[in-house]
Amino acid sequence: MAVLCALCSIGLMVKSAELNIGWIEGKGPGSGAWPFWLSAGMLLVSCLTMYRWFRGITPESRSTELYITRDSLLVVGISAGSILFLLVATHIVGIYFALLLFLLFYLRFVGHHSWLLTVVLMVGIPVFIFCLFEWALKIPLPKSFTEPMFYPIYDLMYS
Amino acid sequence: MESIVALLVSGILEAMQPTNFIMIVLGCTIGLLVGAMPGLGSVNGVAILLPITFLVPPTAAIIFLAAIYYGAMYGGAISSITLGIPGASTAVATVFDGRPLAQSGKADRALIAAAIASFIGGTISVILFTLFAPPLAAFALKFGPPEEFALMVLAFATFIGLGGDDIPKTIFSILIGLVLAAIGLDIISGQPRLIFGDISGFLHGINFLVLAIGIYGIGEMLWTLETTKGDVTVHKVRMSARSLMNNLRDIRQYIGTTTLGSVIGYFVGTLPAAGATPASLMAYGLAKTFSRDPDSFGKGNVSGVAAPEAGNNAASTGSMLPMITLGIPGSPTTAILLGGMIIWGLRPGPLLFSEHPDFVWGLIGSLYIANLVTVLINLAFIPVFVKVLTLPFTILAPTIYILCVVGGYAPTQTMHDVWLMFLFGIVGYLLRKLNYPVAPAVLAIVLGPLAERSLRQSLLASQGEMSIFVERPISAVCMFLALALVSYPVIRKFLNKRRSNGG
Repeated sequence: MAVLCALCSIGLMVKSAELNIGWIEGKGPGSGAWPFWLSAGMLLVSCLTMYRWFRGITPESRSTELYITRDSLLVVGISAGSILFLLVATHIVGIYFALLLFLLFYLRFVGHHSWLLTVVLMVGIPVFIFCLFEWALKIPLPKSFTEPMFYPIYDLMYS
Repeated sequence: MESIVALLVSGILEAMQPTNFIMIVLGCTIGLLVGAMPGLGSVNGVAILLPITFLVPPTAAIIFLAAIYYGAMYGGAISSITLGIPGASTAVATVFDGRPLAQSGKADRALIAAAIASFIGGTISVILFTLFAPPLAAFALKFGPPEEFALMVLAFATFIGLGGDDIPKTIFSILIGLVLAAIGLDIISGQPRLIFGDISGFLHGINFLVLAIGIYGIGEMLWTLETTKGDVTVHKVRMSARSLMNNLRDIRQYIGTTTLGSVIGYFVGTLPAAGATPASLMAYGLAKTFSRDPDSFGKGNVSGVAAPEAGNNAASTGSMLPMITLGIPGSPTTAILLGGMIIWGLRPGPLLFSEHPDFVWGLIGSLYIANLVTVLINLAFIPVFVKVLTLPFTILAPTIYILCVVGGYAPTQTMHDVWLMFLFGIVGYLLRKLNYPVAPAVLAIVLGPLAERSLRQSLLASQGEMSIFVERPISAVCMFLALALVSYPVIRKFLNKRRSNGG
């Protein structure tokens, strides 16, 4: 991980160096200076972590436990995967239908809850989110091609 | 002194306004629920719910968030006692004696002691807060950009010196937070910076909420899922009016240690990085040291529940002191509050007291009310909160993910930010598994723009001479303290080595 962090720091340094990292006469430090030196610091401490790992100073480097066990990979993977699905689906069918599918999957197939509870929450949560954001906060959430389906509700809300 | 009393009274009246009062009750209740859920603490609640507070005016919004903060400190004890799992890291010390009490069927006694002690801790610290805040703010008015920068260096140095985490990893976390804050348009020259792959979404910078919700919403949930695997066992709690009265008599047993714990907690809380968790552990340690019967600690001593609860509540108020008066947050939760205040156009710091006195005193007044409201709600609804703990994770987790996603979308209304938030959540989770502390990064992304501006302003004023930070007395003191804090772990290690070699 520290190796990744170090690589990331170098990338940031190069990126910052596109701007002026030195001192501009009469104007003060260039706009790239601050991120440049910060990423330089990141590189330094990442190297330090690598060194400490190499020497076996940190507890992580001595632990013989697996980084991620099979069980936790499953639990975490399902969650992360379903959020990924939620985001992708939001781009395709809009957030409300994505929420329906996400909840259906999580409640019914991961949680094994009854169909009644699943359906109630599946409909209830998106409706609550709609009322809170679109109606109360006036923040339209992304709806993609399902947008026209909401026109009748808009008519009701703003008439 | 009289003026403080007058201002305080007006602040309490402000907090009693219908909207504000409703927000307090709502905030305390939500805070209690969030705090009671294992793995979720005040910082998660505040991060996830901040986008929703745009519904109400800024004063009511921050009162709401402060009430969540407060409620969560009370709520943490509920799962510590009934589940044996701390509801938040701040309630770790409550498990030591709360769990044995629950196992011997005295969960009600522990819960009531926790609530009462939290109330005492809250009250003492709010009074200390009221006394200390105005003079500190008046003093901080003298600060210029070099002092501000030095103060921020000091805040980060406390993380390194007192955080107790792996030092290079802590520094990495701070630096990456600062770099993330630098993305977007440069504040002084207006040049676009660090626009990866020319994606236009980076132009408006990375909102601190994206990082905070990612780490404390998604990342934390993944972490909790992994550590608890979703299964918990709840201890039964029997509550009745009579048991309440009987247990109230216990107060005499722990009033002394509680008061001590509160005062310690408050001062530990004002230090950035230290915060509520070490405060509660210290309060526990002190209670044990001064007890006539130290052996009973860890086996179900009521004082062992009361002291840490008083400590963590006092610390949460304490951490608001530097946030309000200096603009330097004392804990991750106050860092998010600070970010929220900047969104509402209120710049925390000494000027807040002179420019928005109604806001500041309204907030302080609300702390008094919130304290009272929370203890009442807590005592009245203990059975309900215990019930909440039996809520299966497969319902809780998706609900929180959904709140994160829409909450991440709301402030800027771009899917770009939601993707970033997801990415931060995953990366935050992976880093956390390797013991990288994440709190410094959240603090850094909030303070980043302020730190960069004060550094560059100072350097402009001094024409590039770094010596400006040591020539001015206040900033010199801060820099010196920062240096001392950073070198403290190194020196301690060196001394330990010498001692072990000598012996």
